[in-house]
Amino acid sequence: MKEAGLGVDLAGLRLANPTMLASGILGYSAEMLVDVVKTGAGAVVTKSVSQKPRGGYANPTVVQADCGVINAVGLPNPGIEEFSKEIRRAKAVVSVPLVVSVFGFSAEEYASVARKALGAGADGVELNVSCPHVKNTGSEIGQEPKILAEVIRKVKVSADKPVLVKLSPNVTSMSDVASAAVRAGADALTVMNTVKAMAIDVETAMPVLANRVGGLSGAAVKPIALRNVYEVYEQVDVPIVGCGGIADWRDAVEFLLAGASAVQIGTAIADEGLGVFRAVARGIGTYLKRKGLVSVSEIVGLSHRS
Amino acid sequence: MKSSACRTVANQLRITRIIDTRAESPTVKTFVFEDELCRRAKPGQFLMLWIPGVDEIPLSIMDARDDGRVAVSVRALGEATVALHQKRAGESVGVRGPFGNYFTFNGGKLLLVGGGTGVAPLMFLTRRLISRTVGATFVLGAKTRDELLFRSELEKVGAKRVRLVTSTEDGSCGLTGLCTEPLGQMLERERFDVVYACGPEQMILKVFELTEQRGVPMQASLERLMRCAIGLCGSCVIGKYRVCTDGPVFTSKQLRHVRNEFGKSKRDRCGKKVPLD
Repeated sequence: MKEAGLGVDLAGLRLANPTMLASGILGYSAEMLVDVVKTGAGAVVTKSVSQKPRGGYANPTVVQADCGVINAVGLPNPGIEEFSKEIRRAKAVVSVPLVVSVFGFSAEEYASVARKALGAGADGVELNVSCPHVKNTGSEIGQEPKILAEVIRKVKVSADKPVLVKLSPNVTSMSDVASAAVRAGADALTVMNTVKAMAIDVETAMPVLANRVGGLSGAAVKPIALRNVYEVYEQVDVPIVGCGGIADWRDAVEFLLAGASAVQIGTAIADEGLGVFRAVARGIGTYLKRKGLVSVSEIVGLSHRS
Repeated sequence: MKSSACRTVANQLRITRIIDTRAESPTVKTFVFEDELCRRAKPGQFLMLWIPGVDEIPLSIMDARDDGRVAVSVRALGEATVALHQKRAGESVGVRGPFGNYFTFNGGKLLLVGGGTGVAPLMFLTRRLISRTVGATFVLGAKTRDELLFRSELEKVGAKRVRLVTSTEDGSCGLTGLCTEPLGQMLERERFDVVYACGPEQMILKVFELTEQRGVPMQASLERLMRCAIGLCGSCVIGKYRVCTDGPVFTSKQLRHVRNEFGKSKRDRCGKKVPLD
């Protein structure tokens, strides 16, 4: 049976199913993105791209935590000029939305990279204003509602396609930041990026990550992400993409019930492989059928009715 | 309760003491340490070795024994490997892994082609297969006689079971030139069931081309920039494959799919495609 009824409209993006590849994971090369789509992702988000090339941090860039992974890879990317080639090559093949994750060190840079990504054929951009381990970008922007709003407004001036904004959990109130993002023009919100974290080795008495601090992802952060989606859903009217520790259909359905219109999957690929997208999508389909429902949208935010 | 896959367990960082070091050549040293997980590694798999305060690097496993001893052989080349060469027995390093797939064997006659430190995983493979094969030929290549790795062990363990062919670029031992030069004739004269290769990628490409002409299946271990080692970061992609999880061992069939990159380009720290050195 074709996965009928699993399609999702996300701020104008037509997702084949509610699963998306999360940013930062795998999305360097066109071939890899194409393969992720083949394995069942409803949309893909690339690795975060900046104006100029970045080499990222020295290893260790990743350390295993209990029920999760802490990373400080340092946003390595070839720069938007070079990456535009990969966008064009991927777009020539994939049928699902290709969203380019974008970051910069000023509002102008965010706007410029977003414009070039869309110019190369991206179906939308996701602003990385929430990476917890690179200075003068990422969460340092997403934690300041005024600066965040300026970035979004600058991007929106020239963006003719949906602009998603990926929020940081490393704030006092994500709902307040979410409201500011929506007022500035965000078309959708991705909730959430990684939780700032670290690991120390007791034998050498040293932080393990070369950058000392990084971002925690995986099962450990799922309940936090879920609560944030639930709260942000009550605060804003734009669609939400749930992200944080989703590894199976049950996790995904929890996020949909909390108010997410789609979900992003990243860390779970380490354990589940790329088959996780199809498995989650199918599981959502089976759940809908069992509940006598015909579309994903029927369960979005359903847990808020009481 | 969700199933916790073995990859998560393998990815836990363990701190272990180096229990032995030995020089294999003027530039290559072997480091031996104990590790509960890597001792079960299969030939072809790799581990991530953390040199605290310096770097973490991927290394092919050169040996893994039931008594818990694991060994890697490393050439002092960059900051991390030079720092590792300073380490003595008793000093600590961190280990994650084993990661990736491994060489497979379905019986028959085999040909191993190793260049430089690429000999390390093939040495591990040879030790495991020696009692199961009907005949093996090991082509061992290096720039000079001094750099031929594991020659005495191959001569000893192999005495009857492994035919050893050495080649050096300067002609100081065995055949003169690249270790791929005698291969054409060898493949012509003798029917091998499988060819295993590891070494500089240009060498592997040459082995691939020769085995393709003869229709002999090859398995080769590739190397790429490695960060997470668990299939997430994308640093090690070649075509649609992640070297850390889909590899590091690739079959001829898989290599045919990545002909536009294999032996030609890799991705640098920024993820940009650049020519192989």
